[in-house]
Amino acid sequence: MGKRVLLIEDEPNIIEAISFILSRDGWAVATHSNGHDAVDVVEEAKPDLLILDVMLPGKSGFEILRHLRENYGPQDLPVMMLTARGQLKDREMAEKAGVNRFMTKPFSNAEMLEAVRELVAS
Amino acid sequence: MATMNILVAVCFVYVAFLFFVAFAAERAARQGRSGWLRSPMVYTLSLSIYCTAWTFYGAVGYAARSGMEYLTIYIGPTLVMIGWWWGLRKLVRIGRTQRVTSIADLISSRYGKSNLLAIGVTVLAVIGTTPYIALQLQSVTLSFSVFADAADKSGGMTDMDSTALLVAMGLALFTILFGTRNLDVNERHHGVVIAIAVEAIVKLFALLAVGAFVVWGVVGGVGEMMARIDASDIGHWQMRGDRWASLIFLSAAAFLCLPRMFQVMVVENDDEGHLRTASWAFPAYLMVMSLFVVPIAVTGLDLLPEGSNPDLFVLTLPLAMGKEGLAMLSFIGGFSSATSMVIVAALALSTMVSNHIVMPIWLSVTGGGASVSGDVRNVVITSRRFSIAGVVVLGYLYFRVSGGGTALASIGLVSFAGVAQLLPVLLGGVFWRGATRTGAFVGLSVGFVVWTYSLLLPSFGPDAVLSTQILDQGPFGWSWLRPQAFFGIEGLDPLVHAILWSISLNGLSFVLASMVGFPTPLERLQGAQFVNVYEHSTTPQSWSGNAAQSEDLMIMSQRILGAREAQTLFEREAKRQGVSGYLPDTTPDFLQALERALSGSVGTATAHAMIGQIVGGASVSVEDLLAVADETAQMMEYSSRLEAKSDEQARTARQLRQANEKLQQISVQKDAFLSQVSHELRTPMTSIRAFSEILRDSERLSESEQVKYASIIHDEALRLTRLLDDLLDLSVLENGQVNLNIQSGQLGRLLDHAIASALTGSGAEGFVIHRDSVLEAVRLTTDLDRLSQVFINLISNAQKYCDADVPELAIRVSPRDDRIVIDFVDNGSGISKEDQAVIFEKFARVGAMRAGGAGLGLAICREIMARLGGSVSYLPGQGGAAFRVILPTSQAMAAQ
Repeated sequence: MGKRVLLIEDEPNIIEAISFILSRDGWAVATHSNGHDAVDVVEEAKPDLLILDVMLPGKSGFEILRHLRENYGPQDLPVMMLTARGQLKDREMAEKAGVNRFMTKPFSNAEMLEAVRELVAS
Repeated sequence: MATMNILVAVCFVYVAFLFFVAFAAERAARQGRSGWLRSPMVYTLSLSIYCTAWTFYGAVGYAARSGMEYLTIYIGPTLVMIGWWWGLRKLVRIGRTQRVTSIADLISSRYGKSNLLAIGVTVLAVIGTTPYIALQLQSVTLSFSVFADAADKSGGMTDMDSTALLVAMGLALFTILFGTRNLDVNERHHGVVIAIAVEAIVKLFALLAVGAFVVWGVVGGVGEMMARIDASDIGHWQMRGDRWASLIFLSAAAFLCLPRMFQVMVVENDDEGHLRTASWAFPAYLMVMSLFVVPIAVTGLDLLPEGSNPDLFVLTLPLAMGKEGLAMLSFIGGFSSATSMVIVAALALSTMVSNHIVMPIWLSVTGGGASVSGDVRNVVITSRRFSIAGVVVLGYLYFRVSGGGTALASIGLVSFAGVAQLLPVLLGGVFWRGATRTGAFVGLSVGFVVWTYSLLLPSFGPDAVLSTQILDQGPFGWSWLRPQAFFGIEGLDPLVHAILWSISLNGLSFVLASMVGFPTPLERLQGAQFVNVYEHSTTPQSWSGNAAQSEDLMIMSQRILGAREAQTLFEREAKRQGVSGYLPDTTPDFLQALERALSGSVGTATAHAMIGQIVGGASVSVEDLLAVADETAQMMEYSSRLEAKSDEQARTARQLRQANEKLQQISVQKDAFLSQVSHELRTPMTSIRAFSEILRDSERLSESEQVKYASIIHDEALRLTRLLDDLLDLSVLENGQVNLNIQSGQLGRLLDHAIASALTGSGAEGFVIHRDSVLEAVRLTTDLDRLSQVFINLISNAQKYCDADVPELAIRVSPRDDRIVIDFVDNGSGISKEDQAVIFEKFARVGAMRAGGAGLGLAICREIMARLGGSVSYLPGQGGAAFRVILPTSQAMAAQ
């Protein structure tokens, strides 16, 4: 165990919720809350999984993912995206940018855990 | 019968002689030895086709019946030649520069190349000329019969008919041979002209011979002759002024308008300088022709038995004296008068019929333009030949049908009056630029109808076409429309009456219709070229080849027409002239074509002036300049109208574009709004769901954790409620469904209340607010709750976002006229310029600051202030963030 998950999200309550859920399951959770330096943070942390919000201050989740995918394939760095906008257009953009899993808020905790396990195991 | 045989033989020999002369002339012309063909004398003699058999035989008859009146027939042309030769010169110049082929061509060309007009003129000419051709055939037949009577009393009329037919066929053959000999139909007919010049000499010589014989051979000297004339009735004929004036006018008009006269005078003219000679020589010729008319008439009346036809005195007098040789010569003279007239008339008419009736029909039937030019040329020749035959046959038929009973002179005058209808249109076209095609149509039609009704139809005699009743009482009993007494004006000679009315109504309607309508551009172009023919072509030579001019014209044309268009035009014109390359000689044809092409772009008058300046020779006349100014004004008006139109269109397009952009913007905004709403709703719900699941599923949670998570759920639920409240509020405000609760209150109290409501959360303690209670002591009448909502929003924003170490807010109130201005200024770092633009938009949250609001606060404030008749805006340049609220004072509000 001790697999590391990096969560980039700007809503404090959601950070707290996800951190709690994953920590309880044995994941090491690191968090970051803005888009400006997100790419640097990811490259430094080299997490086993990245959970990325779409609407972030400074830089959108799509932009961050597109940047990351220039150097890291979906196998090297699995990425799960979260969005509260939930429109079809967002899902398409995420897939285009190279997302592994796209999840709409609000989600169930079990769903979240299962997705994280799946992505890291594969 | 021996005489008859000799007569026929003489005719054949004479015709053969004419063929030979014509043939020789043609050959000389072909070989370039045509100098003598172009002498002014030949031109003058060719004009003598004016003197037809009617003049040769008929003048004597006329004198015998009506005294000196026959002179009018000579006086008219004499006056024209002497007094108006400069006018003729203009006609000739136009004919040459425009390459006119007939009078119909000239008139149609002048009036904007109207073929309908050409057809009208052609029809009129054919109707006016056919009786005249019949007249010539009749005179030949009659003269034959004189010999036949003298030789054999039993000479039947069937012979006469066949004589006429033979003569007609012979003349048609001659005309076809020499009139359509040249493949280039625009060439002059040297053979024909020489032949008729020879005939002019023959008929003059014959008449002089008979006259001399009568005076010296029969009467016995000039003195005796004068005595006889004095003794006769001729000298005592009453001279009627109106009839004389009419007849002189008529013969002058006919001299100008007769197709055959136009043919020899204008079309066959080689050099307009010839007119100078003809202006004296032709009147002299006419004078000599008329010299012995009275002596022959008087002597014939004296010596020949009662009832002899005076029209044939010229022939019968020598015969009665037993001078068969002289009679034969006289016969030849009459024969040549008749033949020359028929030949030239057939030539002129066939050109008109072929060019304006047959060819247009052929071209439209065969689809025209597609065929090669060689084919067309053959068709033209063929059509001309058939037309010649047709015209002669028509004359022959008229002769057969009419039976040839009427006196020669009266047919001639009816014919003259018919073609004289062309006079107003012809003169108007040459001297008046305002003359229009419509005017020409109307004038000609009116003239033709009046002439037909008042002269042609009655001339067939009572009950022939018009019944006696109509002649006496008018049609349908309308006495004012009696054919020979219009509007009850009686007592006029029928001929005078017809000429007076037909010409004056013709001319009047032509002028009026011209003045009412507007000429087309082509008419204007042609009108200018015709009326100002001298300015356009000082002499025909001045146009001739000058490469420099050509090049200048090309440069100018390229500017106006565009390089490709201009080059195509120039190349085509050069090719037509047989010149290689792009620079044709500056011939009138080419200049005309060029002018026409240019006028499409810059207007007729401008094009003309431009060409005139380059080609030189022609100075720009004041009239031209006026026309240019006129056109420029018209164009400017037109273009300004266009401009206005395009402005309007541009405005409409802009409005449409703006509306479209707005719609798209609204659509995008709607999508963005929905997306935003979704985000704002889902975010708190995510926390609520996550933590409620945690609370539900986890047994090992500490109490503090349970409390913490429960309060998160509670806060997020409140946030959701607030969001929904804001959304509903905004929606109500935006839709204008808001009910304002107008109350009166003091501003200061309102602010107290707002500050109290805004500063509830943490951090409110250190927030300093500066106020001025004096200025705040103002009463407001408005929706106090709504205004308070705005204040709360602004104050809490300041408290939330002011980034100063010691945050402060100044609330400044200043009354202005009918408004109150309330500024909220904090001491933070303010809002960046880009953000200022969006802070009043929905869900606009600036920078990284998240204060738990949904970002609808300022949008709601803006809507509220709009409802209250005021405004809220960002006030830049105040150091910190500054918002200005403007509210109308109570009066304005009360009115709302």
